[in-house]
Amino acid sequence: MRYTLLFHYQELTTDELGPEMLAEGQRAMSSYAATLHAAGVLVSGEVLHPSELSTTVRVRDGSTQVQDGPFADTKEQLAGTIVIDVPDLDAAIEWARQAPQAQWGTVEIRPVGTHLVDGVWS
Amino acid sequence: MELSRDEARAAAERAARASYGKLVALLAAPAGDLAQAEDALAGAFEQALRRWPETGVPANPAGWLLTVARNRRRDEWRKPAAVPLGEDSASLDPLADHDPYAIGDKRLELLFVCAHPAIDQAARTPLMLQTVLGFEAAEIARAYAVPPATMAQRLVRAKKRIKQARIPFTVPDRRIMPERLPAVLEAVYGCAAIAWRGDPGEAQYLAVTLAALLGDEAEAWGLAALTTLMLARRRPSFVPLDEQDPAGWDAALVDEGEAYLRRCGSAGPPGRFQLEAAIQAVHCDRRRTGVTDWAALHTLYAALLTVAPSLGARVAAATVVGRIEGPSAGLAALPTGAETFQPYWAARADLLARAGRDATAAYQKAAELTDDPDVAAFLTARIKAAKRPRGPKLPK
Repeated sequence: MRYTLLFHYQELTTDELGPEMLAEGQRAMSSYAATLHAAGVLVSGEVLHPSELSTTVRVRDGSTQVQDGPFADTKEQLAGTIVIDVPDLDAAIEWARQAPQAQWGTVEIRPVGTHLVDGVWS
Repeated sequence: MELSRDEARAAAERAARASYGKLVALLAAPAGDLAQAEDALAGAFEQALRRWPETGVPANPAGWLLTVARNRRRDEWRKPAAVPLGEDSASLDPLADHDPYAIGDKRLELLFVCAHPAIDQAARTPLMLQTVLGFEAAEIARAYAVPPATMAQRLVRAKKRIKQARIPFTVPDRRIMPERLPAVLEAVYGCAAIAWRGDPGEAQYLAVTLAALLGDEAEAWGLAALTTLMLARRRPSFVPLDEQDPAGWDAALVDEGEAYLRRCGSAGPPGRFQLEAAIQAVHCDRRRTGVTDWAALHTLYAALLTVAPSLGARVAAATVVGRIEGPSAGLAALPTGAETFQPYWAARADLLARAGRDATAAYQKAAELTDDPDVAAFLTARIKAAKRPRGPKLPK
């Protein structure tokens, strides 16, 4: 069973974080990724650029509306995702609890309905 | 043996009631699908009503229901009538693959599913009442005073979540048990409170089963003791605790409850359910001593208020203060901001009456706020009694 872990947290610039915090965060993320990989549960993962770099696209009545900014302008933003493949929700909760982002933000666990395999929905 | 339809219905209902939770757990666990398990069981139940009047009640009614429910599920695409069910089905025991402990374990798993942190807190006790104790959604809606459609939707949503987010049918290991158990105890306690006016014995049985299966969880034994002692004192009509005649209590159940309380052990500070059970045990001790040990109650409530300062506990603690230090001290100890809480008005009325003050309005408010006609009748009778002049009653 696949679950997507969605990491939401307040976006801070590298200046606001400071070099030490940044390095510490990166170390924690690397170690978390290595642990997921070693446990054989890691499917994929992405860390996103800040939401100020987001562009949103909608097509309404045939016309394309392109706008700067994220989907929702909230204090906490979607900052990254990791997809894991584990037996059940309790296992997913356990991995979410170990995520470094759980320390400073919120990890949302969303069960995956279907996913692509070679361009086809499985 | 020819059975009347009524006799068959009674036998099927007995079997379904006695083993409902374990049958649902056994049927639902493989796919995590509670709704489908309940449908299959309901179908098996209907089939029993049709067949048992002709064939007699099978030797193992629960086993029969499980086999039929499994067949129905497996053969969903076929006509249910085509399911092979010979006369030998009574001798075929599908529960034989499971030792009794494992069956109990399945039900325990179901309790942890119902009270999983990923389930809406407001749905946990209703879900337990329905899937473990076999209550109808309409009965549960009545108990919660919500429209049946609202309750049905809440239950459907919870079951969908269990299936689609794949909440596992497992008993948490030692590591996460401490964070998972309180919600289960809370929900089982909720079952006892809801089932109170119907058959509280079922919720008590559930609490005792939970404690026995977990083995050495002190709070689970506390809850078993609490529900057992409450059951022991259950009266056909409402009588306040300190006016009950101990001779009317179920002595065997009091002994049983006290035995469970002793099983809590003394490791670590007692939790909420142990303290509430100990409070019940002090009240029950009146059958031996003839008097209520208010000082012991005072100590226990002080401890309870530090671990679980609920509004109910604060109101009850104030009535104890009233008995020890006098009604005026009791009135002063009542919590503020409890004006919509029925027990607050009942306690206030009693303390005012004991202080020799006008308690009419407080009794009226308490009677208005209760949804139990029996309690309302009792409180209304007190209004009449309070209107008769009487001097201040001194605490014993």
